[in-house]
Amino acid sequence: MAATTEPAARERSAPPAVPEVILHGPEREETGWLSWLTTTDHKKIGLLYLISTFVFFIIAGVEALLMRAQLALADNTFLDAQTYNGLVSLHGTTMIFLFVVPVLAGFGNYFVPLMIGARDMAFPKLNALSFWLLLFGGIAFYGSVFWEPPAAGWTSYAPLSDDAYSPDGGIDAWIFLIHLTGISSLLGAINFVATIHNMRARGMGWGRMPLFVWSILIYSYLLIVALPAIAAAATMLLTDRHFGTAFFDVQGGGDPLLWQHLFWFFGHPEVYIMVLPAFGIISEVLPVFARKPIFGYKAIAASTASIGFLSLLVWAHHMFTVPTSNALLAFFMISSLIIAVPTGIKMFNWLATLWRGTIVTKTPLYFAVGFLATFLIGGISGVILAMFPVDWQLHDSYYVVAHIHYVLFGGSVFGIFAGLYYWFPKMTGRMLSESIGKASFWLMFVGMQLTFLIQHSLGMSGMPRRIYSYPAQAGWEGMNIVSTVGSYLLGVGIMVSVVNILVSYKRGRRAGNDPWKANTLEWFTQSPPPENNFDIVPRVRSAEPMKDIRREVARAGEPAGTVAQPVS
Amino acid sequence: MLRRVVTVPALIDVLAGVLAPEYGGSPNADYIWVLYWIGFGLGIAMFLLVEGVLIVSLMRDRFRRGRPDAVQVRGNTPLEVGWTLGATAIVAVLAVVTFVGLPAIVTPPASDPGGLRVADGRLYASTDQAPVEGGERPLEIGVNGQQYLWRYDYPGLRGRLFAYHEMVVPTDTTVVLSITSQDVAHSWWIPQLGGKMDALPGHVNQTWFKATEPGVFRGQCAELCGENHASMTGSVRAVPPEEFRRWVTQQTAGIRASQEALIETRRSRNTNQ
Repeated sequence: MAATTEPAARERSAPPAVPEVILHGPEREETGWLSWLTTTDHKKIGLLYLISTFVFFIIAGVEALLMRAQLALADNTFLDAQTYNGLVSLHGTTMIFLFVVPVLAGFGNYFVPLMIGARDMAFPKLNALSFWLLLFGGIAFYGSVFWEPPAAGWTSYAPLSDDAYSPDGGIDAWIFLIHLTGISSLLGAINFVATIHNMRARGMGWGRMPLFVWSILIYSYLLIVALPAIAAAATMLLTDRHFGTAFFDVQGGGDPLLWQHLFWFFGHPEVYIMVLPAFGIISEVLPVFARKPIFGYKAIAASTASIGFLSLLVWAHHMFTVPTSNALLAFFMISSLIIAVPTGIKMFNWLATLWRGTIVTKTPLYFAVGFLATFLIGGISGVILAMFPVDWQLHDSYYVVAHIHYVLFGGSVFGIFAGLYYWFPKMTGRMLSESIGKASFWLMFVGMQLTFLIQHSLGMSGMPRRIYSYPAQAGWEGMNIVSTVGSYLLGVGIMVSVVNILVSYKRGRRAGNDPWKANTLEWFTQSPPPENNFDIVPRVRSAEPMKDIRREVARAGEPAGTVAQPVS
Repeated sequence: MLRRVVTVPALIDVLAGVLAPEYGGSPNADYIWVLYWIGFGLGIAMFLLVEGVLIVSLMRDRFRRGRPDAVQVRGNTPLEVGWTLGATAIVAVLAVVTFVGLPAIVTPPASDPGGLRVADGRLYASTDQAPVEGGERPLEIGVNGQQYLWRYDYPGLRGRLFAYHEMVVPTDTTVVLSITSQDVAHSWWIPQLGGKMDALPGHVNQTWFKATEPGVFRGQCAELCGENHASMTGSVRAVPPEEFRRWVTQQTAGIRASQEALIETRRSRNTNQ
């Protein structure tokens, strides 16, 4: 494998220079911190993504626990108002821009090339740039903690975010973050599109591509379409703040509604950017652990694409309470209701995949089932919110806080954890502990329901989101205590998984190439995969190439490498 | 026996309080409440169906040694077409129901008998009088959000009349609100009197309510508006029409007196200098 081709040795006098292969012995993979800084290997970059986004996840989780501590009691004085508003903004921004979106890019980076039988991403150096832009975006943003963190929420609504009302630098740090992580995601998305379109193994047509790769493809297209809108909005906000323009300033002829439209034109596709790859992970995990092919492969791939398209047409359902004509309200209600149909199709297909399967109850399946059970609630509350007169009551209340967390925690985060437990053996060569993993799952699952289910009721009894304190006579204290207790349970559950990772990385059972008897090509290579991924790229004959290879090995009694690519 | 009769409705009341939005102050809030229950009911049906199928699968289809391998089903077109149509039908029902309920929620109705109406800057009882020349209007109140309080103006009435924090309105009277902001975005929300409406600088947003019973209805700003967002509360006090007339007279006189006092202070200060 590690071979170099050199021109014929000089000392030989024969004029026709015949290329000659000289083997110097296997090349050592580089290690040490410098190799991580300079790497262009998609797997190392993938790991850098996963590790740094998990650090941001923990930071944002701590911010959430601080807020829950403040809200546990009525008239609490643990945090003051401005600190709380800062935490609201840091938590939301971090979770969205520095955790959910990039952690999915991390999984994509690591596994898309492996799943399609490629040796790296299409543009390895660009890939490295994407990661470093993300990290420095995060660092620039968190730099503001030492001065004035932004305090206008993750949505940074103008005019509150304008210089008249937020003169200090927190909003500028937020704009920096939007631009740096935005360029990072944009370059990453272009890289994914180029890789997926051009570098699939022989025989892997669109109809045989793994569903996770489908979801990363749609994720990438959505990023390319949606990110320019927020980049433009953030630039306009920057010039409003520092160079005297008035895009969002009524006094200067601008309009704060412009911000909301631009923001949500990005913001709603962003929701599907955060959840589609999690759908993809679920579509990979369920058939493996049900020992049954995915039910309705084409319907799932097609629903991913149609959700991607529809997600560009629903943004104003975040703005049902601004002055809007009834015709527009009706349009955005109908488009938002329609998007529930492809999402429902996915849900039914997943259920049918489990139905009459042979369900192997390992931790990745626990998280995948947790996803199904929980995301469903987020989907249903989403449909109720789409009915705009009902939204007038529920909008900007804790009902919406509950809804987004059922979608983003119950959906994305459970999907991410399913992927983590599923792919950890491939990335490290070691199995995660099943018992600790299941303990973590139950803590997270129960904690999640305790934290967020009750918030629907809080919202409906009138508690708006983003308030740092509430009076005792409002009657919200009991429900808030339940929510806070749940959130700490959830935090413990996540830490149990962190411990699991740290312990199993050194001491876990050896995984071998294919511990789950899975369907896709990443399980064909070693765990962890060598730098070049595959010595032989298998030929793909179905949507489950690894299953074909296992069957062939059993039939021919020959090793996987031999049956995968018959010499022709 | 009697206890059971008393507690069952009480229990239902508590459940409804937890499971549904606030209502009961104004007809539009009640209509939204009904609409919510239709959506919630269908949602619960869907929830039970999906979770039921999931639980049955997980209990029944676990891997056990000696069980034959699962049949390798890859799809079922009639079934898939079926659930696509089913899901479409559910969302279509919700859209239709919303459109049916919409006019009653967005159109301000006439005031009830016993309420008030406004014509030519004066308050009239809404029954027992002939229509007033020049046309009648509902009671109009301008709501102005400011960091961190609400100001209410009564532009339809003669004399200068405004108030802060607490809006006083007559019962059984349709009140139309014109909501705006003079600084950042706020959101007007009194849950029992209907949905919220954003207060945006440069825009006027309209909604209405009709308080059917006297009482104080509380709410607070629902859009993050800065440091003291949490303390930006607002309330509506609905009082019988007679008491409202008294309040108008008193408040107008009070405003007048304080303005005259202000003018007097300034004049005396000027003459002193």
